[in-house]
Amino acid sequence: MTPPTAVTAPTVDHVHVSVPQSSHAPHGSTPGRGIGHFLSTYVFSKDHKVIGLQFLFSTLLWFLIGGLLALAVRWQVAWPWSDVPVLGKLFAQEGGQMAPEFYTMLFTMHATVMIFLVIIPILAGAFGNFLIPLMIGADDMAFPTLNMLSYWFMWPAFAAFGASFFVEGGAAAGGWTSYPPLSTNVASAPGSGWGQTLWLIGLTFVGVSSMLGSVNYMTTIILMRAPGMTMFRLPMTIWAMFITAVLQAFALPVLTAAGFMQLSDRMLGTGFFSPEGLIINNATPGAGGGQPLLWQHLFWFYSHPAVYIMILPAMGMVSDILTTFARKPLFGYRPMVYSVAGIAGLGFIVWGHHMFMSGMNPALGITFMVSTMMIALPSAVKTFNWLGTIWGGRIQFTTAMLFALSFVSMFIIGGLSGIFMAATPVDIFIHDTYFIVAHFHYVLFAGTAMGVWAGIYYWFPKMFGRTMNEFWGKVHFFLTFIFMNGTFFTMHILGAVGFPRRLADAYHYETFHHLQPMNAFMTWCAIGMVATQIIFAINFFWSMFYGPVAGRNPWNANTLEWSAPSPPGHGNFDFQPVVYRGPYEYSVPGCEKDHLMQTDPPNQAAAAAAAALAAH
Amino acid sequence: MRNRLAGIFWALLFLAVPIFGVAVFAVAPAIDVWLPKDVSEHGVRIDELFYFILGLTGIVFVGTELVLFWSIWKYDAAANDRPATYIHGSHTLEVVWTIIPAALLLFLAIYQMNTWADVKMRRPNMPPTVEVIARQFEWRLRYPGPDGELGTADDLHLVNDLHLPIDEDVLIQLKSMDVLHSFFLPNVRIKQDAVPGMKIPVWFKATESGVFDIVCAELCGWGHYKMKGRVTFEPRPQFEAWLSRKYAEQQATQPSPESTTPDSGDSLAAN
Repeated sequence: MTPPTAVTAPTVDHVHVSVPQSSHAPHGSTPGRGIGHFLSTYVFSKDHKVIGLQFLFSTLLWFLIGGLLALAVRWQVAWPWSDVPVLGKLFAQEGGQMAPEFYTMLFTMHATVMIFLVIIPILAGAFGNFLIPLMIGADDMAFPTLNMLSYWFMWPAFAAFGASFFVEGGAAAGGWTSYPPLSTNVASAPGSGWGQTLWLIGLTFVGVSSMLGSVNYMTTIILMRAPGMTMFRLPMTIWAMFITAVLQAFALPVLTAAGFMQLSDRMLGTGFFSPEGLIINNATPGAGGGQPLLWQHLFWFYSHPAVYIMILPAMGMVSDILTTFARKPLFGYRPMVYSVAGIAGLGFIVWGHHMFMSGMNPALGITFMVSTMMIALPSAVKTFNWLGTIWGGRIQFTTAMLFALSFVSMFIIGGLSGIFMAATPVDIFIHDTYFIVAHFHYVLFAGTAMGVWAGIYYWFPKMFGRTMNEFWGKVHFFLTFIFMNGTFFTMHILGAVGFPRRLADAYHYETFHHLQPMNAFMTWCAIGMVATQIIFAINFFWSMFYGPVAGRNPWNANTLEWSAPSPPGHGNFDFQPVVYRGPYEYSVPGCEKDHLMQTDPPNQAAAAAAAALAAH
Repeated sequence: MRNRLAGIFWALLFLAVPIFGVAVFAVAPAIDVWLPKDVSEHGVRIDELFYFILGLTGIVFVGTELVLFWSIWKYDAAANDRPATYIHGSHTLEVVWTIIPAALLLFLAIYQMNTWADVKMRRPNMPPTVEVIARQFEWRLRYPGPDGELGTADDLHLVNDLHLPIDEDVLIQLKSMDVLHSFFLPNVRIKQDAVPGMKIPVWFKATESGVFDIVCAELCGWGHYKMKGRVTFEPRPQFEAWLSRKYAEQQATQPSPESTTPDSGDSLAAN
């Protein structure tokens, strides 16, 4: 154990002693301060909580867009070439019927939006921003201006991705992986024109935003922990955010560089990714001398670690939520920390499993198979520890807990199905089929999105001072859970038939022509799943204004954020938090209440203080 | 908080996960939504590995989901008044559930290697039977002509209609003229990306006659979905008869064989 690092936060004068409950954003609360103050409080705010909420609202809006794109994709897969209801009006030039190039654009942008504008920024941007200072007992991030910029650098990305739908040829249509030469050669696809250029620009801005956030998170977690908050007293959420930030910092430069190389191939006529003498669509060949596989190596060197960037924070949040509602200490705290670190470390040497069929040397495939198999190990350790955590607990079925439990249940499926793809010979058959689509939706939707909902229901009281409606929360959970499995579980068996992904119409193949009814079933489930989110949206906004007012600690949880007011004012804590213990001291024998907060003074001290007071 | 029925309801929902999961995989083969017929020698081994992993992961899946269900069922706060166990972990358990999965996973990786090597690394020592050149959105085929060599003026050129002999090794030389494609034969358990600038060998031994799909499995543009070919497996004599018939047809339509080469993307094909 390192001794408590009593780091005083640099902006400690911001701590408002006994800030009243209503003083959320105290700068803006006084009328007549003018538009400038409104802008600096709610728009260009440097308060990590406002920035976190800005990320949350933006990403939820993009979540809706990504979901609608998914429905359009599912429509085409289930009923190819039939008129798309409602959404079809948006692309009237095709008369409501989808053109194949439109379909390729849809799934490209569905993945792009979900990965770069929803999952990564909602975890790191929204939850990371909101929770890190609160959970470590700091009054804000280490670099508030940088933090503000990390949000505002998302806007050029929003603009680039959004505008790309309206340029000639439409948005990018080369898949979210943007493999060259399809993505570099303008003649190869309609979306490979301006759409692809804007895609690369958007991606770069998302990267800048992530990098600004990452630097800030690392610095804040290392330097600004409250007195007594040692590294091994950090909640799992913070450990996960910390390791995610490290992953971002090491992997992102590679993607950014690769993006610029692709941009240069497209706009300056270089040939990093194109071989000599490429003739696409009878167009003149470019410079040549490059290698398409180079892009895949660079892209996956970032994007595989990015897969963990997209799940580790959710794992952290779920660990915290499970302990709170099982009223039990986290089982195996240190193994949990080490396995997060293990996943992150191994995450850098498994990227080649995306390339087993790519033409990469098959001998290299064997080493990547071994490393990929081994990365299942820390995930398994985490799963066993989650099970150990709820075993012997006193489970409270709150909406947040249900989502957290379903994260565990679904992550088991997503984790195990990954083993099929890791096994290279089996991957020969199921590579690029719906098996992999099932796998990553179980990890990213049934896993991460469930974790995100758990987090929203759990921290909503801290964000807005009110609790979300539990009844409608459970309805939301139940329907999402049912429809989600209806949509994604069946994809495994489509994959077992070899049903390929990204085909606008696969039914003219003899092998796949009988799969239409099953796809129709899945599409109905997907429609149900998206429709269910209306319940969530109404509950979210209604509760923000009319939900029952929550006190500081509505769940009787232990971590630091629950000792701050709900919502916390600017500067977070109305006292200087001092940490006396780890975050998971639930149901301590001999203790009156079933939780001991990190800030609760130790018993002896409390007794001594009481005695001293009595003697006075 | 004290509602036991709610706890039972949620526990049963989580119990439904392994039941539904096993049911789907049990019903799927019965309704023919399952592995397509395999007509290759190595395909049997790939399918066996698939079933092996399915069995292993199936046991772990059902086991862990049942533990999850049981914990939710048994440790519902409404079900008993016993306080939660105050425990921070168990060193023994951590060691056990680290070492056993580690051993299993390592075994699984090693167990795959030989099949992978046979399918992708131990290339038969023979000249290519045919060259497959992927192009937006078709499969161009080039068989060696009477001189038995590829890349000469007497090659036979075809599109999308691949014929191969059964019961012997065939070697395909895979190329791409433009973007990435992937040569996918579901019934032969073969998949290999075609990469412009690379010449990638693909080999297998078909064991049954019949006509099957060639699917493009790597996104190659708007027409990706229609990049469909057919492969016909037939005994050697029929295959050779077909080859000479096609060759005669090509001779008849294009009397000077020298003029037939340029369209095959030789700038790349020559690599």
